[in-house]
Amino acid sequence: MTIESWLQAAIADAERRGLPDLKPVLETLARATTALRAADFSDHADK
Amino acid sequence: MMTIEEFGRRLRAREITAAQVTDQCLRRIETDNPRLNAFILVMADEARRQALPSDQALAAGRDRGPLHGVPISIKDLLDMRGLPTTAASRVRDGHRANRDATAITHLRQAGAVFIGKTNLHEFAFGTTSEDSAFGPARNPHDTARSPGGSSGGSAASVAAGMALASIGTDTGGSIRIPAAACGTVGLKPSFGEVSIDGVVPLSRTLDHVGPLTQTVSDACLVYHALLGDERVTPPAPMPLHGLRLAVPRRYFCDLLEDEVRARFESALDRLRAGGAHFDDIEIHHAADIAPVYLHIVLGDAAAYHATALETMPERYTPPVRLRLEMGRYILAEDYVRALKGRELLKREVDAALAQHDALVLPTLPISAPPLGANSVEVGATTEPVRNLMLRLTQLFNVTGHPAISIPSGRTSAGMPCAVQLVGCRMQTDALLRVALTCEPHVSSEV
Repeated sequence: MTIESWLQAAIADAERRGLPDLKPVLETLARATTALRAADFSDHADK
Repeated sequence: MMTIEEFGRRLRAREITAAQVTDQCLRRIETDNPRLNAFILVMADEARRQALPSDQALAAGRDRGPLHGVPISIKDLLDMRGLPTTAASRVRDGHRANRDATAITHLRQAGAVFIGKTNLHEFAFGTTSEDSAFGPARNPHDTARSPGGSSGGSAASVAAGMALASIGTDTGGSIRIPAAACGTVGLKPSFGEVSIDGVVPLSRTLDHVGPLTQTVSDACLVYHALLGDERVTPPAPMPLHGLRLAVPRRYFCDLLEDEVRARFESALDRLRAGGAHFDDIEIHHAADIAPVYLHIVLGDAAAYHATALETMPERYTPPVRLRLEMGRYILAEDYVRALKGRELLKREVDAALAQHDALVLPTLPISAPPLGANSVEVGATTEPVRNLMLRLTQLFNVTGHPAISIPSGRTSAGMPCAVQLVGCRMQTDALLRVALTCEPHVSSEV
């Protein structure tokens, strides 16, 4: 799952659950996850 | 307020009694707790009931060791038999512990007198102690500021003389951060040394139990009592001359308030003048610390809170509820990536310590923030308070290395600054020896 599709799904789910305040928090998490996946210790099958 | 060491000397010289000092602490609580909100529960009757027989036992020659008769406060995250463990949350309404946490059992065996249970950031999930079902704890040096967190009530209770020591927990810095903000010593032992049985978890792989005290010697005494060693005396300091200290400047010293930087550098100058040797070292993946920590703590916390988030979400304070909900969206693949990063960071800290007695760095990049602040300016940048508060401490929860915060002077506004020392894994006693050596130099006011 890409971070973009994950974020879209997470925001939609949060809104469905009546938690619109989660949106900025999830955006913060998305930035942290982007950094985590970009770290050189993360393994990738194609590399 | 006297230190535990001084209390012990005077108690055994029959100059004071445990009952007298317990009463002094209770009077201080009565006077200052309305403005500091450090305590959720004051155990006045029980403390007096413990102190009296403690004095009688000593008079009869039954001495339980360094904590005999010492009034201690306990973060309200640890179970004490017959009492609620609130975790500063309405989610815990109606809870009553049916047994003591193992750490409490050890303190009882050591003869400690329990003075009360202290306020904290709800479920230990925050760094300011302001999101609490019992209202915010406040900093004794300036009540408009946070005492740090999550063990904010514990630090305030020691700094204000309401207890001779306190027991806190530390998942990302929650002992060391409030210790630094309030001007006390705070020790996070090596991971796994002090039992977390009977402690409400935030993350079972990051949680630690440890002491907040006035001095390093006192931290040593309480640490050993927490382990179940009842008769330990503090180790002798090692010579400062030849002490090998490593300073991780990149990342850890990049973002510091000017006065915090000045206090840190002057502490290093004093240590250098006394003969300590310094090397600058680098934690190569320092920039990855926050994402690694975040994915582990959020995932672990969400697992523990999932049911309560579904059944009683309104009982959480809104900010803590949001953070916990965020954890429910962590993907398994990212959690696994974080675990891999954790192993790498462990090896990097081990390598940095291989040729050194300790790492030395500031505990907090800023002095205690104002209550209610979401962000703080540091130099030209504005950063979220939570990110800043965790920035220099969370690595050692990820890696499990023991770390201690020691006061290192104050800002011009009178707010405490602190230096953090970090030792080799499973060598907390060795770190305490280094800290005993450095303490008089680090703590000297400029």
